Amino acid sequence: MNPRWTLLKRNLLDFWQTFRRNRMGLVGAFLVLTAVLAAVFAPLLSPYTPTETMRDAGGRALTFAPPSVHAPLGTDDAGRDVWTQLVYGARISLTVGFLAGFIAMFIGSLFGITAGYFGGWVDNLLMRITDVLLVIPDLPLILVLVATVRQLDLKVSPLVILVLVIGLLYWTSTARLIRSQVLSIKERQYVYRARAIGAGNWHIVRRHILPQIMPLIVANTVLILSTAILIESGLAFLGLGDPTQPSWGTMLNFAFDRNAVTNGAWWFYLPPGLAIIWATLGCVLLGNVLEEMLNPRLASHHLEGEQSIVTHPPAPFPAREGGVAKSDGG
Amino acid sequence: MNRRDYLLRKIFFSLVTLAIVVVLNFVLFRVLPGDPVRAVIGRNVRISADTQQALREQFGLDRPVFPDQFLTALGQWSRGNLGVSWSLRKPVGEVLVAKLGNTLLLIGLGQVLSIILGVALGLLAGWKRKTAVDVGALTFSLIAWAIPTFWLGIILLAAGSTWLGLPTGGIVSPSNVGKPLYTVLPDVAHHLILPTLTLTILYMGEYMLIMRSSIMEVLGEDYILTAKAKGMSHWQVLRRHALKNAMLPIVTLIAINLGFTVSGAIYVETVFSYDGLGKMFQTALVKQDYPLLQGAFLLLAVSVILANMLADILYTYLDPRVKAA
Amino acid sequence: MTSLPLLRVRNLSSEFVTTDGTVARALDDVSFDVHPGQTVGLVGESGCGKTTTLLSIMRLLPVSARITSGQVLFNGTDLLGLSEADMRRCRWKELAIVFQGAMNALNPVMTVGEQIREAILLHDLMDSSHATRRVDELLDMVGIAASRRDQYPHQYSGGMRQRAMIAMALACQPSLLFADEPTTALDVMVQAQILELLQKIQKLLGLAVVLVTHDLGVVAEVCDAVVVMYGGKVAENGPVDEVYNHPRHPYTQRLLEAFPDLNRPAGSLATIPGTPPRLNALPPGCRFAPRCHKAFDRCHIEAPVETGLGRGHTAACHLLEKTEAAK
Repeated sequence: MNPRWTLLKRNLLDFWQTFRRNRMGLVGAFLVLTAVLAAVFAPLLSPYTPTETMRDAGGRALTFAPPSVHAPLGTDDAGRDVWTQLVYGARISLTVGFLAGFIAMFIGSLFGITAGYFGGWVDNLLMRITDVLLVIPDLPLILVLVATVRQLDLKVSPLVILVLVIGLLYWTSTARLIRSQVLSIKERQYVYRARAIGAGNWHIVRRHILPQIMPLIVANTVLILSTAILIESGLAFLGLGDPTQPSWGTMLNFAFDRNAVTNGAWWFYLPPGLAIIWATLGCVLLGNVLEEMLNPRLASHHLEGEQSIVTHPPAPFPAREGGVAKSDGG
Repeated sequence: MNRRDYLLRKIFFSLVTLAIVVVLNFVLFRVLPGDPVRAVIGRNVRISADTQQALREQFGLDRPVFPDQFLTALGQWSRGNLGVSWSLRKPVGEVLVAKLGNTLLLIGLGQVLSIILGVALGLLAGWKRKTAVDVGALTFSLIAWAIPTFWLGIILLAAGSTWLGLPTGGIVSPSNVGKPLYTVLPDVAHHLILPTLTLTILYMGEYMLIMRSSIMEVLGEDYILTAKAKGMSHWQVLRRHALKNAMLPIVTLIAINLGFTVSGAIYVETVFSYDGLGKMFQTALVKQDYPLLQGAFLLLAVSVILANMLADILYTYLDPRVKAA
Repeated sequence: MTSLPLLRVRNLSSEFVTTDGTVARALDDVSFDVHPGQTVGLVGESGCGKTTTLLSIMRLLPVSARITSGQVLFNGTDLLGLSEADMRRCRWKELAIVFQGAMNALNPVMTVGEQIREAILLHDLMDSSHATRRVDELLDMVGIAASRRDQYPHQYSGGMRQRAMIAMALACQPSLLFADEPTTALDVMVQAQILELLQKIQKLLGLAVVLVTHDLGVVAEVCDAVVVMYGGKVAENGPVDEVYNHPRHPYTQRLLEAFPDLNRPAGSLATIPGTPPRLNALPPGCRFAPRCHKAFDRCHIEAPVETGLGRGHTAACHLLEKTEAAK
């Protein structure tokens, strides 16, 4: 068998064994997986379509109907089934989040590797760009960008604009992380050796650096997904989503605008929020566990309880009033 | 690094960032939208060709974009002339100033509360690592991180107004407008409870996490072992040796968080119809009031950049390693 | 030695629980004595338990570690039997420690003077104004101008930081000073100065010192007795002259051969093949056996016990058990 494959398999097995022991990671993986499955199999999970209005026997729309057998999560202001909107909304929320997250990851990794590997002015320039992006308040910047792009009357879906804006702005943390990792790998012996025997930059990056930072990139991508899903929901809530293809955030925008709160229609505004938490929490748990497994933290610190002494001193010492501090030579 | 050099570098960086924001603002609102007259006076206003031409000359729109138009815009902005809001028919500068106080009040309250609570909780969690306090604090911050701000606002709004009879929005009840201060103040406080609570929960998680990891890192340092070897109790070590060192990252975080703080204000003010910059920003977005949007963005970005610079300067006074040398 | 020992460490064992749940036996049955005014060298390769020994005695091990058996008799009182509060009163007033020079042992955001003063005030030795004067005296004693009292550690050079650390250790007039590789990471000239300072202060104050080092030359120069540790156990222990002239444990013999001696041609510099054992995967039998050039079957099965060789000299090796029994 190919020795590289054997090595990979051994590492993966090792990884899986550690992962399985980690409950947080399993919970995270479960949350993410169920959300993805709901999105993929949305039509199987509901007999209705998200735009279908439910009517009573008299043909009137069932607006703000509380949960029932027919509509497990009730209906919205136009009588549409909330559960159906929720599972179809997963498609939009997750697609926008995942695409934006992947763009951010790609740009971040590219910039991080370039900055870390080449150093010098390239590094300086890229790091200053991330500094600037870090200082400018992100939400106002996004809103302004989206508003401008909309003014241009490009014939593209608002969702495409969201994907691009989020993806093009949220790569800085990834870039910094990857850069510092590349900086340390670059100094390792085998990279020097590879360079000494005349390997080119591209070869070194592809064969020596990329395999080393790949796990980090994966862990970081999962974390970025959570950010992207959250940001998308916020922007959609502010009315920047596509009303014809509602994501969870757009659902909340509708719910809020159409007074679900004052109408006491909790089944309209609770589920989308919980769904967002479900997906983001899943990504955070999964990402953190992956990160921790690849990059173990400090085991303990100096004030963590008192040192335990399990030994039993043979016999109490007779002369010990107020501790040793007072007993001179006793 | 020399402290003066450090400060100069930070100030230089802030100026560069400011310049970038100004240029970005100019490009986004004056260059990209195509017809500049429309960008200045609004899309739906009907005006004669003569008036258009007059406006063109007034704003220097007949001259080249760069440097003439850019310099004109720069001059106007620096005098606080940010154009006229389409939807409100008032100068943008005036509108912004009127809303600024309300937003600062909300953000300030939220920040102070979340810093105090977050730092205290983070300290406890990091010190008593892996105990129930720690697990509880971590769970809280994890969920606080995953909750969308606006949704938390909606939930608190629904719960607070239904069960506690708290107001659902605004700053002051309409019946109390123009009443003496002693009736207005309690009313304002009443209105502030829910938005402040939302912001506090939102910001607190992050302060807690940073404080927790910061205190854990500090407690792993050698000088903590020295302090313990001196015969100090855990509490003494924590108070005298760990606290100040662990607090340093918080100062930086407050600065970095300012941008995030602004995002929180936009969501929370929108949900609670709180009459501040954030709500105004959202309204301007919905009504496509570009001059207002542009002015608000400029104001927010400049404030955050300046506040960041102040935090950097403050930091040099707190950390002797930067202060001297 | 005619005096009663100031510190008697008896069969001290401690262990660490590592993150993957295995137990590392960091110290196993460590015993040695320190007499008043004596300097004892604690030597061995890194990871052999030197620092763990000091931290165990002061009860400063991290929470992942625990002491499993033994006694630490200080002036006849077992420190392991004290309450935590009593132990705190004892630290620094009776036993002070100077950490590795490379360590970040001074608080970066407190002035050096304040850190020394703090120790004096903590143990209620004098009032605030006297304490400040005492700080100046202490700094003077280690050769630091009083004018630098209110400076921060980063304004000091590495050597000065170590001097300040020594001044701080002397603040409460302890009778026993632990010095954990006090010269590591300092340049050679400064190393010599710090050692000289330690010696001067030891003579001046009649301190007992336990010096942890991996430099056998330093031990020969400064110490009265030496404890050679290997893999968490004491390999050999005795007066410096005895041990250096008649090393009985193969590990000590190899160490001394590895140590450059001006009387020997440079070519014969020996090194010990292999690496020290991992403490969570110790070999059965003698811990040095896998690297020992004299090891025989029994060494790999059974751990040797300490054998008295007279004149305070002991060593733990099966070869000695045989020869001692034959006598």
